[in-house]
Amino acid sequence: MTTATATAVRRTPRRRPRAGGGQRRAPYLFLAPFLVLFAVFTMAPIVLAVYSSFFQTKRSGLGFGGEGEVVFAGLDNYVRALSNDGFVAGFGRVLGYGVVQVPVMLGLALVLALLFDTALVRWKPFFQLSVFMPYAVPSVVAALIWGFLYQPRVSPIVEGLRSVGWDVSFLSPDVVLWSLANVAVWSVTGVNMVILFSALQSVPREIYEAARIDGASELRTALSIKIPMIMPSLTLTFLFSIIGTMQLFNEPMTMRAVTSNISGDYTPNMAIFQATTLGGDVNLGSAMAVVLGLVIFVLSLVVQGVSRRRNGADR
Amino acid sequence: MSVATAPRATTASRRARRAPRATQEGERPSARSRVLAGVVMVVVALYFLVPIYWLVVASTKSTADLFGTPGFWFADMQLVQNLVDLSTYDGGIFWRWMLNSLVYSGLGSVLMTLVSLALGYALAIYRFRGRAFVIALVLGSMLVPQTVLAQPIYQLLVEIGLNNTMLGVLLPTIAYPFGVLLAFTYAQASVPQEIVEAARLDGAGEVRTFFSIGLRMLSTGGVTILLFAFIASWNSFMLPLLVLSDTRLQPVTVGLSGWSQAAITVPGLQTLVVVGALLSVIPIIAVFLSLQRFWKSGLSAGAVKM
Repeated sequence: MTTATATAVRRTPRRRPRAGGGQRRAPYLFLAPFLVLFAVFTMAPIVLAVYSSFFQTKRSGLGFGGEGEVVFAGLDNYVRALSNDGFVAGFGRVLGYGVVQVPVMLGLALVLALLFDTALVRWKPFFQLSVFMPYAVPSVVAALIWGFLYQPRVSPIVEGLRSVGWDVSFLSPDVVLWSLANVAVWSVTGVNMVILFSALQSVPREIYEAARIDGASELRTALSIKIPMIMPSLTLTFLFSIIGTMQLFNEPMTMRAVTSNISGDYTPNMAIFQATTLGGDVNLGSAMAVVLGLVIFVLSLVVQGVSRRRNGADR
Repeated sequence: MSVATAPRATTASRRARRAPRATQEGERPSARSRVLAGVVMVVVALYFLVPIYWLVVASTKSTADLFGTPGFWFADMQLVQNLVDLSTYDGGIFWRWMLNSLVYSGLGSVLMTLVSLALGYALAIYRFRGRAFVIALVLGSMLVPQTVLAQPIYQLLVEIGLNNTMLGVLLPTIAYPFGVLLAFTYAQASVPQEIVEAARLDGAGEVRTFFSIGLRMLSTGGVTILLFAFIASWNSFMLPLLVLSDTRLQPVTVGLSGWSQAAITVPGLQTLVVVGALLSVIPIIAVFLSLQRFWKSGLSAGAVKM
């Protein structure tokens, strides 16, 4: 660092600040930490995962002890991953979960952001903070809390509902996926609300003036002006929500403690975890990770393509 | 907030004068829509706050009362006893977990923020060869799913012998594309080229200009990045779960989740999970409340460009 500083001082001519050697080198100095770490902990793992997904460790003898022999396996791991019922069913689960959770969560976040953007709500700071608060709770802890609130023996909610004659079981096989979705809605609505609200606040107020003169209602203004104006932020939050959904892991993994209706391979990420740790099959885990990564990649491209085309049509 | 509300209330009454025959619902913030909005807000706030309230109440109960008394109301005050139990169980490992979390998230997010700000600043201030490529790389890598990387990273750490070490959990989190993007948009808006030029004329080197002037101008954006990085790593679960086999190196989320699994056979642990969960969220909520001013304005600045 001292060398760079010295060079810059020595070489920078007073009148032509752009010509200095320090200035030519400085940007690379600023880039280096990120690029090095990115290469080692993002690029290298991807390359390694793809590489290892094409190999298998064959254990000699009975399969106990001893170093296995690593052999090229071609697409064998991928065939095993895609014919693994648990892994494939996991995709079905997160897809169904996402189709419900993402619209509900974003819809709620959008309605709240729009409400906060009107003069209708009093004690705005308090209500905004209450919506945002759960975001500060780690998803594992959120799952622990809701896990208690779902258990019939502890939950005041189950008890309350029962006292009015409604017997719900949040942890039954058919319901548990939606109970998980509820934990996610609770956790991330707030941060999405804040992002959408910030976008709304940055829309120039004059734009609403014309609508007001034409006598448009708050609802009409929201639908015809506000939502289209914040479409880029909405698309971005949508994209991140989908990516987040596909990676579902923390909540189901934690809630396994309170119910046996969540299997070890309940979501694709859990199947990857299971294959790698309990199964001890790193190669299969890699193949699964590559498949999941590709699926998410394709999904994000589709979402971006659709939104880009729509934005283009608007113009 | 009150400043923003006042002029619009006036517009609303002006509008009422201008269009007296407007009869449609929602035409102006009528008393009825105000009440309706109020009711929606109360219901929504209950949904978001009740679980946290339950956690506070449950933390003050003994294991027997946790299962035997109404969940939303206090029973015998056992908080102090619970805290003592939590602090002594398994040689006080809970506090070790909290310390680990603080190291992983605290140190990790500070380093991450610095690395992001340096790159964001460089992209905003300099025109250099490869700039377009770096921007494309950052934007593209935001689509690389973080938890899907956990398995490949674990494999890499095993290869280079860093599995089951603190470094193995800390290092992979530092290069965070989303932080760079925030830093970049923020630096474009808040570091004027002229000031950097002025610093150069005064004879400051590039690195010194960044540290003494750039960082100061980026501080609001920096706090936003820091907070979101802190939350992200405090939340991280799959990677430490894969990488760390030694329970003494685990962060608090992994530790509590382990206790929750063990509570199936050790009933007393339920109470410790509850108290531990409460203690684990207090620091973040406190930080968020005290830094609200910064992260809110930082986020608005970011959202303009997003």
